[in-house]
Amino acid sequence: MNKQRSPRATPGLPKSPTGITGLDEITGGGLPTGRPTLVCGAAGCGKTMLAVEFLVRGAVEFGEPGVFMMFEENAAELTANVRSLGFDLDQLVQQNKIVLHHVHIERSEIEETGEYDLEGLFIRLGHAIDSIGAKRVVLDTVEALFAGLPNHAILRAELRRLFRWLKNREMTAIITGEKGEGNAITRYGLEEYVADCVITLDHRVTEQISTRRLRVLKYRGSAHGTNEYPFLIGERGFSVLPITSLRLDHAAPAERLSTGIARLDQMLGVQGVFRGSSVLVSGAPGTGKSSIGAQFADAACRRGERALLFAYEESSAQILRNMHSIGMDLAPWVKKGLLQIHASRPALSGLEQHLVAMHDTVRAFRPAVVVVDPISNLTLERSEMEVMPTLMRLIDFLKQQQITSLFTSLTTGGSGTSAPEDSQVGVSSLMDTWLQLRNVEFNGERNRLIYVMKSRGMAHSNQVREFVLSDAGIDLVDVYLGADRVLTGTARVAQAAHERSAAELRREAHERKLRQLAAKRKAIEAQIAALNAEDEAEAAEMIFTVAQESLQATTTQQNSAAMAQLRGGATTATKATKGKR
Amino acid sequence: MTTMTKPKPKTYELRLYVAGQTAKSVAALANLQRICETHLAGHYRIEVIDLTKTPQLAAGDQILALPTLVRRLPEPIKKIIGDLSNEERVLVGLDVQPVKG
Repeated sequence: MNKQRSPRATPGLPKSPTGITGLDEITGGGLPTGRPTLVCGAAGCGKTMLAVEFLVRGAVEFGEPGVFMMFEENAAELTANVRSLGFDLDQLVQQNKIVLHHVHIERSEIEETGEYDLEGLFIRLGHAIDSIGAKRVVLDTVEALFAGLPNHAILRAELRRLFRWLKNREMTAIITGEKGEGNAITRYGLEEYVADCVITLDHRVTEQISTRRLRVLKYRGSAHGTNEYPFLIGERGFSVLPITSLRLDHAAPAERLSTGIARLDQMLGVQGVFRGSSVLVSGAPGTGKSSIGAQFADAACRRGERALLFAYEESSAQILRNMHSIGMDLAPWVKKGLLQIHASRPALSGLEQHLVAMHDTVRAFRPAVVVVDPISNLTLERSEMEVMPTLMRLIDFLKQQQITSLFTSLTTGGSGTSAPEDSQVGVSSLMDTWLQLRNVEFNGERNRLIYVMKSRGMAHSNQVREFVLSDAGIDLVDVYLGADRVLTGTARVAQAAHERSAAELRREAHERKLRQLAAKRKAIEAQIAALNAEDEAEAAEMIFTVAQESLQATTTQQNSAAMAQLRGGATTATKATKGKR
Repeated sequence: MTTMTKPKPKTYELRLYVAGQTAKSVAALANLQRICETHLAGHYRIEVIDLTKTPQLAAGDQILALPTLVRRLPEPIKKIIGDLSNEERVLVGLDVQPVKG
């Protein structure tokens, strides 16, 4: 995408991509098509490598065959030298994609008499170009001719003619040149003839760590990055950094990822961090940064995603063992191929070299999550000026690949007394989410606190949580806010116990009251039942008595009636009354 | 191996590389023939190679400058570049003892 867009930015000047990582971004699409480019630098700075890669990539990736005309090494030496970069020149020569042409001149066997020109060189170059239909040419290092030919006036005139000839033949060419004394770009002033594009290479050693740098000194008719860019000659050839950092156009997915710590996700707008964002975990030694990093990787593996862990402090076996102690078993993920741990010493190479190694690994492994533990070790002995752009490149690269990254960083602040934030200002601005871990020393113990310093694009908690590492894993616990300070560790536990016992007592009191109430209710119910029973008994007796009496009355009446009948019919009523007695 | 006293028994195998019929080419060939006739009569052979016709031959003798005269025999190989206008230097280059006269 970048390669297509870049040439459009400078219309009118056609460019030939070099295929070299980073260089095409800096030059906005490659070297000027059909024109010579001067690549110069001191001995051993990588001129030949750049030229070889330009030709090989041109032949393999862009279908442009090339001629490599060498004046110093011979073809066999060159082939052997670049084989280590994975370029098989023999094969390309057999496929008629590249011609290697060795031009050798031995001054001791040459006598000079009268007029001459370098037409022989032209004929040889022309013949080599025609034999494979070359579009690209490398002359490495044409300055060797100055040692071989005594008449520099003729040589200069002929070189001028050569570069014009290359232009007329529309060859995209690289001409290498040795760096001159002092401020001179090249020893013999080649820049005088090759004026379209000049690239300088440089190899510096600072603090015992070597860094190669590339700069586009001049690019006629085109905008270009003018900075010095670090570059490396690695296993896969030449890489110039920044790889993608000239633009800020990465996508921003809304998808969220869990950090693997539920309570931490809760603090980060409930769902965790955004996919493709960068997370910085900073803290003093022993605050649990690595554990958070490992947990982050573990969570990715649990989701079935690949995770890549760059460790600059511990070996991979040590990480596995240590994480096991907090109940995190990473070994199965490693076995399954979901987790890769790359452990190396930060002092092994320069920051740039680490970065390119990271790039290569990330490209090869294609992880969803990358953990770097810790970046502070990588940036040791480096000024912030140097570190910032390099890290920015790494973060940009990861973002473009939509890889979520977590960086841990050791702060020098130590315990909670000084402000550990200070040492992180430079790096933190690159990060989307910043978690700060802190040690709090109080009540005869040291406890870990975690809080979210910032988290772009989400509502995040402003609360401080206690960060607890146990053999059951990582957990975040609410802290108790005392009168003037937060309570953590045993103080928190004591406070919790205290509150728990108070609650217990209250609960028991309530239960007792409820029990009493129930008992009382039962007693009342019993009383009600007894009264009811009494009432019923009385009622039954009453009915019985009434029945009995009415029966007696009926019987008496019948008796008196019978008697009256027997006595001969007196007034029934009176007799009846009397008879009742 | 060469005896400077008597150069005559050797046969000089000379090859002149040129590019077309340029002024320098023509001059070089004329100069060469004249020098050879004067100093190497009967002991030389000249082969003219026009690289505009056979460019592939340029690499073999590592030809850069034109015209170039290559002394292929006797060994070692020697090269003289230029239009051969300076007879003295040509003779030094060819390691030929000039014939006094």
